[in-house]
Amino acid sequence: MTAILKKELGSFFTSAVGYVVMAVYFFFGGLFFYYYCLLNASKDMATLFSNMFMITVLIIPIITMKSLSEEKKQRTDQALLTSPLGLGEIVIGKFLGSLLMFVCCLVIYLLFAVTLCFFPDGAPDWSVFIGNLAGTILFGAAMISIDIFISSLTESMIISAIVGMCAGLAIFFIDTIANLVSIDWISTAITSISFVKHYETYTSGIFSLSDTVFFLSVVALFNFLTLRVLEKRRWS
Amino acid sequence: MVEVKNLVKTYGDIRAVDNVSFKVEDGEILGFLGPNGAGKSTTMNIITGYISSSGGTVTINDAEILRDPKEAKKQIGYLPEIPPLYTDMTVQKYLEFMFAIKKIKLPKAEHIKEVLSLTKLTDHKKRLIKNLSKGYKQRVGLAQALLGNPPVLILDEPTVGLDPSQIREFRTLIKGLGKKHTVIFSSHILSEVQAICDRIVVINNGEVVADAKTDELSSAITSGGNLAVEIEGNVSSVVSALKGITGIQKISVNRKTAEDRCLYNIEHKKDIDIRRAVFAVLAKNNMPIFSMNEGGMSLEEAYLKLTSKSTAKGGKK
Repeated sequence: MTAILKKELGSFFTSAVGYVVMAVYFFFGGLFFYYYCLLNASKDMATLFSNMFMITVLIIPIITMKSLSEEKKQRTDQALLTSPLGLGEIVIGKFLGSLLMFVCCLVIYLLFAVTLCFFPDGAPDWSVFIGNLAGTILFGAAMISIDIFISSLTESMIISAIVGMCAGLAIFFIDTIANLVSIDWISTAITSISFVKHYETYTSGIFSLSDTVFFLSVVALFNFLTLRVLEKRRWS
Repeated sequence: MVEVKNLVKTYGDIRAVDNVSFKVEDGEILGFLGPNGAGKSTTMNIITGYISSSGGTVTINDAEILRDPKEAKKQIGYLPEIPPLYTDMTVQKYLEFMFAIKKIKLPKAEHIKEVLSLTKLTDHKKRLIKNLSKGYKQRVGLAQALLGNPPVLILDEPTVGLDPSQIREFRTLIKGLGKKHTVIFSSHILSEVQAICDRIVVINNGEVVADAKTDELSSAITSGGNLAVEIEGNVSSVVSALKGITGIQKISVNRKTAEDRCLYNIEHKKDIDIRRAVFAVLAKNNMPIFSMNEGGMSLEEAYLKLTSKSTAKGGKK
C-alpha cells in the first residue's frame, strides 16, 4: 500500500498535474483571502473556507482523473493486479495518495492564518480554523473516494474528470434540488445526504461525531464500490 | 511446476478458452503457440491472476491462483503482451516500485542492479521510460518480470515489434533464463517457438490442438507418412493406378513440374512402407518416376494443418 501511495503522490509532481492543481487552489484561496479578510479587515476565515468549497469540488476530479482510468488505458493495471498486492491495498493506496495531494493544497490556509496573526488583534479564531480545516479534509476525502470510483468506471481521464465535476456540482447544489421537491419526505431524505449541511457544523468550530461518521461512511462506501469494480472486471 | 486443468473462459456466449489443460515441469521452456486471437493471452492472463476463469484450475507450485492468489502470484514473473510500464518514471524508479509491490525480501539495491545488468539496462537506468525505444521498453518489461527471481516466468509474445537483432538477443536471453526458471513463452511465430522451446502446446479457437516435444510435434499430429513422388503421365491415370496400393490414404497433386509430369503427395499409413509397391505399379503402367522422397510433415506444415483444421470449424459459440 505504501508503494502505491508513494507512486501516486510522486506521479502528481513528475507531471504538471500536482503543480497546476496547487497553483489554481492557491490562486483562488489567495483571491478570496484578499477579498474577505485583508480588504474587509476581517479575521473570520469561515467565509474563505465556504467560498473554497466550490473550488474543492472542481479541483478534486482533476486530482483523481488519472487514478484508475489511466492504469486501465495504459494496461499498467496488469502490473498491479498480477502482483501479490490485495485489491484493498491498491484502492486504499490510490485514495491516500490523492488525499495527501489534496492536503498539500490546504497548506495555504496555514499561511493565511499566520499572515492574519501579524495584524493587531488579527489572530483567527483557532477552533473555527481547525474545524473548517478538518471539515474541508473530510469533505475532500469523501469527494476523492467518489471521484476515484468514477475513474474506475472509464478508460478516459477526460470523461472521469467531467463526470467527477458534474457529480461534485450535483452534490454542491443538492440543497437547491431538495427545495424544488414538493414531497416532504423525499426533500428531507435528499437534505440528509447534503454534504454542505454536514459540513456546516465544522464552520462554527464544533466537532460533530455524526457528521464525521457521515463523511467517513461515504469514504468507506465508495472505496468499497471501487474495489468491487476492480473485482468485477476480473470476473466479467 | 505449473498445472493448468480444464481451463474455461467465456465472454457471454463466446468460449475464448475451452477446456485447456497442460502441465509445465520445473526448468522446462514451454512454447504456447497459436494464431492471433487463439486464446493465448487470455490463458496467460488467467494463469497470472489478472482475470478469473469461468472454470478449471491453475496451480503454481502447489498454490492455486484463486484460492491462494498472493502465494501463487509471488512465484510468477509476468511480461504481458503490452509491457505494463509507467512511462513517466525512470527505469530505476520503475523497478524500485515494482520491487516494492511484489513484496520482495531480497536486498533491494543489489538485486535491482543484478536485473539491470542481466537485461543490459544498466546504462539506461536513469532514462525516462517514455524516451526509450520499443526494444528497451520490452527489456524493462522483462526486467520487472525477473524481479524477485520468480520460479515461473510467463512471457506473452515478448518479441513482437522488435528488430531482427533484438529478436535474436531476446531469444538467447530467454533460453538462458530457462536454465533457472520454468518459462511459458507465447508466440504466433513457429520458428521462434521452435528455436527456444523444449515443448510446444498449440492452441487454436481456445482449444489445445497439440501438446508434444518440439521435435516430435509433426509426427505426433499426423496419422501417417508422406511420400513425395514426381511422376510422368496423365494425372487421372496415375491416380487410378496408385489407388489400388494397400496403405495409401490420400493422393494429391502438389504441383506441375513439367509438361505431362507432376509432383504428387501420397499420404499413407505410418507403419507401411509403400515405396516398393508404388515403384512396381508405376513401372507396370509405364509411368516413369523422376524422384521419390519419403518425409514426414514439416513442423510448419503440421502447424498450418492444425490451425487451419480448427479454424475451419469457425468461431465457437
